[in-house]
Amino acid sequence: MPTLYDKVWSDHLVGERADGQSMLYIDLQLLHEVTSPQAFEGLELAGRRPWRIDANLATPDHNVPTDRRELGLAGIADPIALEQVVTLDRNCQRYGITEFDIRDPRQGIVHVVGPEQGATLPGMTIVCGDSHTSTHGAFAALAQGIGTSDVEHVLATQCLIQRKARNYQVAVHGRLGAGVSAKDLVLAIIGRIGTAGATGHTIEYLGEAIRALSMEGRMTLCNMAIEAGARAGMVAVDDTTLEYIHGRPFAPVGARWDEAETYWRSLVSDPDAHFDSVLELDAAAIVPQVTWGTSPEMVIGIDGAVPNPARLDGARADGVRRALEYMGLVPDQPVTDIRLDRVFIGSCTNSRIEDLRAAAAVIRGRRVAASVKQAMVVPGSGLVKAQAEREGLAQIFVDAGFEWRAAGCSMCLAMNPDRLQPGEHCASTSNRNFEGRQGHGGRTHLVSPAMAAAAAIAGHFVDVRKWA
Amino acid sequence: MNPVRIVSGVVAPLDRANVDTDQIIPKQFLKSIRRTGFGDYLFDAWRFLDEGDLGMTPNERRINHDFVLNQPRYQGARILLARENFGCGSSREHAVWSLMEFGFGCVIAPSFADIFFSNCFKNGLLPVVLDAALVDELFRLATGPAPLELTVDLPEQTIRLPDGRALPFAIDADRKRTLLEGLDEIQLTLAHGAAIEAFEARHRARMPWLFRSNHQKGASSV
Repeated sequence: MPTLYDKVWSDHLVGERADGQSMLYIDLQLLHEVTSPQAFEGLELAGRRPWRIDANLATPDHNVPTDRRELGLAGIADPIALEQVVTLDRNCQRYGITEFDIRDPRQGIVHVVGPEQGATLPGMTIVCGDSHTSTHGAFAALAQGIGTSDVEHVLATQCLIQRKARNYQVAVHGRLGAGVSAKDLVLAIIGRIGTAGATGHTIEYLGEAIRALSMEGRMTLCNMAIEAGARAGMVAVDDTTLEYIHGRPFAPVGARWDEAETYWRSLVSDPDAHFDSVLELDAAAIVPQVTWGTSPEMVIGIDGAVPNPARLDGARADGVRRALEYMGLVPDQPVTDIRLDRVFIGSCTNSRIEDLRAAAAVIRGRRVAASVKQAMVVPGSGLVKAQAEREGLAQIFVDAGFEWRAAGCSMCLAMNPDRLQPGEHCASTSNRNFEGRQGHGGRTHLVSPAMAAAAAIAGHFVDVRKWA
Repeated sequence: MNPVRIVSGVVAPLDRANVDTDQIIPKQFLKSIRRTGFGDYLFDAWRFLDEGDLGMTPNERRINHDFVLNQPRYQGARILLARENFGCGSSREHAVWSLMEFGFGCVIAPSFADIFFSNCFKNGLLPVVLDAALVDELFRLATGPAPLELTVDLPEQTIRLPDGRALPFAIDADRKRTLLEGLDEIQLTLAHGAAIEAFEARHRARMPWLFRSNHQKGASSV
């Protein structure tokens, strides 16, 4: 009996190519400025055109500045970055692809924009030249990150060529405790299975704790499936899914909605479906997580201490030693002793309205510690920004000493001017703590929005569960 | 894509697990809209002590002489020897472009991350998955008294060592053919254009809500 992944896969299988590889039909391709220009150029050089224009949606996000947005393109000081953003505009105009450009209030991080617009729908196959495309799996979509050659391939053929992956079930029983979020859950999962733990698999998250999560929480969870090695993570459809989608601009309406809903309700794994691997977790046992090293699997609970390589064996000890040296941490140092220079709340992992509400709830009436040089909030889209302003969240952040920015990927990957200086420690709600990810020599600690907010106030990591 | 058959040359050993694509090519170089010009910035934060940016040339940089690729014995290396989960993280194909432009034609590792692995085949970089114990042995040989030279033979699916041994490796038959023939992937798929069109028509009839042009509201609605 099929899993959710098996069902979406077989509903999109065009057939096999002459060489034996599967052709998977793609319903939606999300495009951004960094990984698409070479694909459009390749298309043009070969004299080809996009297969299906309305299956594409574009917005610039990776490389856009998050200040001076009112200036539009003129706000991009770096001429090379400007050329990249303008190239996306030009390619979209040329072919008639819907784009939310830098001046559009709907511009934002592709993985925030797709769901927000209702462009992301259950049972879809979705690709984007970005590994965090797995985010959209929260809607029971099969969503995968691809390289630029595949961006071109999907533009030209509407198909992705690949082998079917295996099925990996992550079952989370019970409920997460107060102050513990989807981010802590996914970091704990990665800590358990490692960054290659689900390579070659599609993860399906299920169980009581998953059913209890909002769509924002499920997106956070699926977003980081790639950090466990899985190209895609998925969550089955339920009422929460449909309530989120209903009424969004690109979602179907009326009789077409009813027709779609009937199909969407079937997007769950059958009770006796076969999974190649299974991980079971008790949600109640999960505490707020903090990464201490240079890979998302290097993570511990807020009540823990960084590892001591002297107590580990050969290759593992070398990796820990190298990470501690890069991070400027000492063995056995308690996590709560790590002091922060900057705090970043944003990214496709944690920049949605619920994330900002969780952070604002911790910050309300408090001030960023004097020792923190910079604390910034970068909403995931222009619409998230506007909503946070309407709800008064923006004012809470500003009153506390946070910078309130315009939408983009920003300091998650630091392509734009938002970045760490060498040696600086950052509490970040993003998804990767790789060396230099947030700036040359920068030291990233991945945490939830509430934990990042609390760290900004205290100047070091604290257990947000103990904050009233 | 140029066909790939045999990659022969010096092996550079990169003894770290989980090497991510942010290390292979840091983000500041992704601002380029071209497919070339990335070779000088491969492993930029490890090869150089100063922070690099697009347009800088290696001779104006501060070299990190401790980094393996900067050691004289590994100059001109054609084969990169790596550890588990090579190429994890970002989907940036620039990682493959920079490895190839730098001079690598093959990466040998016990395992690769999925997206990187797939990107290799689109560009003619040969990723060879080899048992961890054999990778260990190659590390020992590559860091021994003399540089290790290997011949990776794709048609034969073997790695030939100087001592005459030939280590077999497995590779997906279809992907092997793509590399050997240097096939245009898009052309291969478009040969099935009629099948795609037929599927699309059935798909549209079954799931009309997936076709935005069928129901999209005005483009200005929020």
